[in-house]
Amino acid sequence: MRKFENVIGNCLPLNRADVDTDQIIPAKYLKRIERTGFGEFLFDTWKKDADFILNDSRYASASVLLAGSNFGCGSSREHAPWALEDYGFRVLIAPSFADIFLNNCAKIGLLTVVLSQEDIDYLVARSEELPQSEVVVNLDDQTVATADGSFIRHFDVDPTTKKNFLEGLDSIGLTLELEGSISEFEQKRSELYPKTID
Amino acid sequence: MQDSQTIIEKIWNNHLVQSTDGGSDLLYIDLHLVHEVTSPQAFESMTLSGRKVRRPELTIATVDHNVPTVGRDQPWEDPLSVQQVETLRQNCKEFGIPLFDVDDSRQGIVHVIGPEQGLTQPGLTIVCGDSHTSTHGALGALAFGIGTSEVEHVLATQTLPQTRQKTMAVEVNGELLPGVGAKDVILNIINMIGVGGGVGYIIEYQGEVIRDLSMAGRMTVCNMTIEAGARAGLIAPDDVTFSFLEGRPYVPKGSDWEKSLDDWRALTTDPGAHFDQTFSLKGEDIEPCVTWGTNPAQSVPVSGSIPDPMDATTTAERDQIQRSLTYMDLLPGTAIEDIALDRIFIGSCTNSRIEDLRDAAQVVQGKTVSKNIRAMVVPGSGLVKNQAEEEGLDRIFTDAGFEWRDAGCSMCLGMNPDILFPGERCASTSNRNFEGRQGPGGRTHLVSPPMAAAAALAGHFVDIRTLS
Ligand code: SF4
Repeated sequence: MRKFENVIGNCLPLNRADVDTDQIIPAKYLKRIERTGFGEFLFDTWKKDADFILNDSRYASASVLLAGSNFGCGSSREHAPWALEDYGFRVLIAPSFADIFLNNCAKIGLLTVVLSQEDIDYLVARSEELPQSEVVVNLDDQTVATADGSFIRHFDVDPTTKKNFLEGLDSIGLTLELEGSISEFEQKRSELYPKTID
Repeated sequence: MQDSQTIIEKIWNNHLVQSTDGGSDLLYIDLHLVHEVTSPQAFESMTLSGRKVRRPELTIATVDHNVPTVGRDQPWEDPLSVQQVETLRQNCKEFGIPLFDVDDSRQGIVHVIGPEQGLTQPGLTIVCGDSHTSTHGALGALAFGIGTSEVEHVLATQTLPQTRQKTMAVEVNGELLPGVGAKDVILNIINMIGVGGGVGYIIEYQGEVIRDLSMAGRMTVCNMTIEAGARAGLIAPDDVTFSFLEGRPYVPKGSDWEKSLDDWRALTTDPGAHFDQTFSLKGEDIEPCVTWGTNPAQSVPVSGSIPDPMDATTTAERDQIQRSLTYMDLLPGTAIEDIALDRIFIGSCTNSRIEDLRDAAQVVQGKTVSKNIRAMVVPGSGLVKNQAEEEGLDRIFTDAGFEWRDAGCSMCLGMNPDILFPGERCASTSNRNFEGRQGPGGRTHLVSPPMAAAAALAGHFVDIRTLS
C-alpha cells in the first residue's frame, strides 16, 4: 500500500443516502481481471444524466467525496473503492459507511472519515456554493479542516489502520510475521473441521 | 470464570489467533469459498509477490456469477466471461485449489453449494468474496463477505484481521400464518431495522418462528442479513441443522459425527448473555411482502399500496422515496396487486434451493404463465437441478411456460446474458432491488418464491393467501 499523504483538495458533494456499490460500479464492469482502470466507469449509470454532479466540471479535480449515510452498502465488490480511488478520490467523508466497504477502503489506502450529518451538511453547502473551496485532511492529527481554518473537526480512526496508512504497510506482510502464532493456533484446531482435499 | 456469552462471542473467541492493539483481532478462517469475479486480482497479486496459498484444503472454488445458464456446451456469448472463468481455472490449478467447474453437477451458487456439500458446519468461520456469505450463518457458522484484498489475505495467511463487531439479537416469536414464509420474515426485519440499521453488528436470529423454519428458510433469512447492513447473521444449530447435515459429503462420519454433535450442541447463547441491541417482532404480524423501491427496506404487505412521499417525516426521506418511485415508475397510492409485470425470476442464493422450487411449483402446477410474462427458473446448483428433475418440478414449470435453466447467479445481478431490458418490471426472488441490479433500467420487486410464481400466472402481483 502506498503511504497516505495529507490531502488538500476540493470536495464533490454527493448528497445521497444508502448509495450501493452497484451504483458506484455496475456489475458489467466486474468482468475485468485487472485491478486498475475502473475510474472511468465510476457511477456509470448516474453519469448518463447530464445533471449528475460528476459531470459538473467545477468538481473535476475533487479529491474528497462528501457522501450520505450508509455509503457503499450492498455487494462486497472491491471494484467500488478501486473505481473511487482510480477516479482521483483520496478521502471519503460520510455520516456512516457500510462495513465491508469500509474494510475494502482500508485495504487500499482510501481514507474513510466519519463526521456528523450536520458537519457534512455544512461542507456540502460550502462546496455547492464555492466549488473550489478546499479542505485539509490530516491523518496524523485526525482532523478535517477548511483551508481558512474556520471549521475544524476531529475524526476517529483505529490505530492499526492509521499506522498502516501513514507508513504504507502491507497488511499481509504484517500478518505473515505472526507465523508462530498462526501455526500454534493450527496445532490445537479441531481435527473434525472439514477439508476440501483428502 | 467466563461470563455468559453469546454464540457470536463463542465462535469469535474460538478463532482468535491474536488480539492486536487498536481493537483489531486476527481471526483464523476455517473455510474460504472462491468464485470467478472477486478472485482474479487476488491471485494475480499472490503471484506477483511469490506467495503460496497457505491452506488449499480449507479453500474451494466454483463458477457462478457470470456463467451462462443455457447453452453452456456451445461457445459462450461473452468473451470476458470466458476469460474470467478460464482465469479461475488456471489459478485453481496453479495454487492447488479444488474447483467445481461448469461440467460438475456440484457446481452452483457458492452459497448454495457450501451447505449442500456439508462444508458449511456449525461453529466455523467462513468467508467469501461475496456479501451474501452471511447465508452460511443459518447453520450456526460465523460467515461474512470480504473484498478482494481480504480474499488475498486469507489465501496467503488463512487469517483475517477484523474489528470486533457489536452484537444484535433479532427475535421472531409466535408463528407464521399460512402463505407467509422466510422471505417475508427477513423483508419485514429489514423494513424494521432499515438498510443501515445493522452496520457494525453481527446478528443472532432467535425465537419460535426462526426455530420452526426449515434449513432452506433459515438460509433465506441469514442470506439477506447484509441487506440490513450487518455482515453476518446466524442461527444457533439445533436438530433441524443436524438432520440437514447428516450424511452430506464433507460431514464427519461415525464416531466423529457423534463428537461433532457434542461440540455443536454447546454452540448456543448462554442465558443472560448481553446483546448490544435487541429487536423483536411477532410472526402473526408478518404478511406476504413486496418491495416497491430501490432498496430492500422499501417494502409493504401485498395487500397494501405504494407510499406517498408527502407522508415522509424528513425532506431527505421524502427525496429518497420520490427518487425510488421515479426510477420504479410508480405512483403513490397504487395498489400492489394492480402492478403489472413483464418478467419473473425464481432463483439466486436467497431462493433457489429445492424447497423454494417446490413451493413455487406447488402454485404453478397445472396452470400457465400469463401471456405478457417471460418467466425463468434458475436452480441454485446442478444437484438442486437434478433433484428437481427427479421430482418432475421442471415439467411443472416448463409445461406452464417457464424457462428452466442451468445453475448460476443469472438474473440476480445481470452479469451473464440473463438481464432485464430497460424499463422492464420483474418480480424476483433475489435479494437486491437496487437501480439497474438486474440490468440497466430494469425494475425489480423482491418477493418470495410462491409470490413470484403466483404473479407469473396472473401477470401482476396477487395475494397468495387468496388463492385456493
Ligand atoms: S445469486 Fe446474486 S446475490 Fe447470490 S451470490 Fe450470486 S450474484 Fe450474489
